[in-house]
Amino acid sequence: MRPWARLGFWLPLGAVFVWGLVVLLLREDTLRETTFTLMMFVGMASSLNILLGYTGYVSFGHIVFFGLGGYFGFYLLSQQGLWLLPAAVGGGILSGVLAGLLGLAVLRLRGAYFALATIGINEAARAFVSNFGPFGGATGLFVNFQAYQAYGGAGPALWTTFMYLWLVTLAVLLVSALVQGSRFGLGLMAIREDEDAAMVMGVAAPRAKTIAFMLSAFFPGIIGTLYFFKNGNVEPGDAFQLHMSIEALVMIMLGGQGTVVGPALGAVVYQGLRGYLLTSPLFKSLHLAMAGLFLLLIVLFVPAGAVGWLRHRFPRLRKVLT
Amino acid sequence: MILEVHHITKRFGGLQALTDVSFGLKEGEILGLIGPNGAGKTTLFNVLNGVFPPNRGQVIFRGEDITGLPPYEVARRGIARAYQVVRPLNELTVRENVMVGACYGREALPLAQAARVADEVLATVGLAGRAEQLAGSLNVAQKKRLEMARALGSRPYLLLLDEVLAGLNPSEIAAMLDTIRAIREGGVTILMIEHVMQAVMSVSDRVIVLDYGQLIAEGSPEEVVNNPQVIEAYLGDPQMTARLMGE
Ligand SMILES: Nc1ncnc2c1ncn2[C@@H]1O[C@H](COP(=O)(O)OP(=O)(O)OP(=O)(O)O)[C@@H](O)[C@H]1O
Ligand SMILES: [Mg+2]
Repeated sequence: MRPWARLGFWLPLGAVFVWGLVVLLLREDTLRETTFTLMMFVGMASSLNILLGYTGYVSFGHIVFFGLGGYFGFYLLSQQGLWLLPAAVGGGILSGVLAGLLGLAVLRLRGAYFALATIGINEAARAFVSNFGPFGGATGLFVNFQAYQAYGGAGPALWTTFMYLWLVTLAVLLVSALVQGSRFGLGLMAIREDEDAAMVMGVAAPRAKTIAFMLSAFFPGIIGTLYFFKNGNVEPGDAFQLHMSIEALVMIMLGGQGTVVGPALGAVVYQGLRGYLLTSPLFKSLHLAMAGLFLLLIVLFVPAGAVGWLRHRFPRLRKVLT
Repeated sequence: MILEVHHITKRFGGLQALTDVSFGLKEGEILGLIGPNGAGKTTLFNVLNGVFPPNRGQVIFRGEDITGLPPYEVARRGIARAYQVVRPLNELTVRENVMVGACYGREALPLAQAARVADEVLATVGLAGRAEQLAGSLNVAQKKRLEMARALGSRPYLLLLDEVLAGLNPSEIAAMLDTIRAIREGGVTILMIEHVMQAVMSVSDRVIVLDYGQLIAEGSPEEVVNNPQVIEAYLGDPQMTARLMGE
């Protein structure tokens, strides 16, 4: 059966489509801002899931592709005068190519070694950008106010940015669902379960892993560009926050790794919880510790995540929750 | 000759696992590979299907030198393998496990066709009723069958079977032997490692014997069991001797 013949294929796509449409129609600034953050994490978690959930490689460095790709896109936009969309795609391409090059080196590592290497990459990228002249070094880059005029002023520019983010989020979910239901995705899952056995069955693991890594890195580059454009500036401290990588992991594990809906659902639920915790002074300084504890509890007690648990508990839901 | 193995030598550090091993395999043949524990049988399979390259020697498959190719390249050329220690893809269904073989094996089928092949193969190994189940939930005998099904799903020219009978009860063994014969009838050449001696003897056309990494005998099953060198190799191991003598 073709993947798009299933109801489950359309469920997350439909939900995000309607959600974004409603926000665009309501045209309320605060709603747009909260939705922007939520959708950004839906996109980040869903893209990381292509590597983590389907291929089984845990990366703590996903934010590098958001940071570096975003930096590059923002550079194209603010220094080279490119339009938002081509600049963002440029950021995505840079992230994808970077993942391809990195993949050749680090995807040979398995398990914990790979995970550790990805932390190293994050720190290296931050150090590099802080000292890289064209990217503004430690102070970063900013767009001057004039740039927004091209989009009809600051307000409309923010709505345009939101609309692009909405489309990118839909694209991530679409790619995720297509990969999951494809021959390529089956190869990735075979790698996740037992890489050596997969290779003996004919899966060209080095190439498949690299493509998965590139796909998972491409979208964060676009999202990063959109996010920094919305903020009007980018600096190293914003771009490479290790805790965002960890939070993306929590979202995936919470919702259900290796499913399409799981990471999206996990992102929304986690962001909701986080927003709640951040308003409480008691938890404000503890929220990362809570995220860590949360991750531990999930891994120990519900390793398949919420969607995985539901699929297991109620087999009938399998056609709906993919 | 579908497979020619020339002077294969494999060392692990100081350990000489295979020394100058040469033999050939005719198309459509079932060749038994026996030898005491640690003789190097599994290592020979690992060299044949590219898990690790030999230190010396050549593997020629269907006229092509495949020495040192990565395992997935070897798989595509039509060599499939069932592991001694089962390695199911636990979180995938039984059908999906077999589909991996079909999608990435010799025929490199698209998903829909792979699903059809998987169902056919699962029927031949008697797992048709379990297609939707997760592979991790099978029992040991079923996992052994799944190993076999996965290898068959790739529609190989040559099938490497590593102790697929180990751990099965007599009726399961009989069923598995029927399956093996049926596979050969389907035109697949088979190289099988086996400790269950009566079974190898009954199903093999020819048998080769490895001992401490060296081929010490080759011939029909009767010739091999009566070969004094083979008996001596097994004498160090009373249990194996009993098996060799037919229990
Ligand atoms: N990857 C490896 N690294 C180091 N030594 C190895 C490796 N694989 C096998 N060996 C060694 O090579 C020798 C041959 O092992 P092998 O597994 O090929 O034996 P076998 O004939 O299959 O035995 P069994 O009947 O017990 O399965 C053993 O001494 C084993 O310890
Ligand atoms: Mg062995």
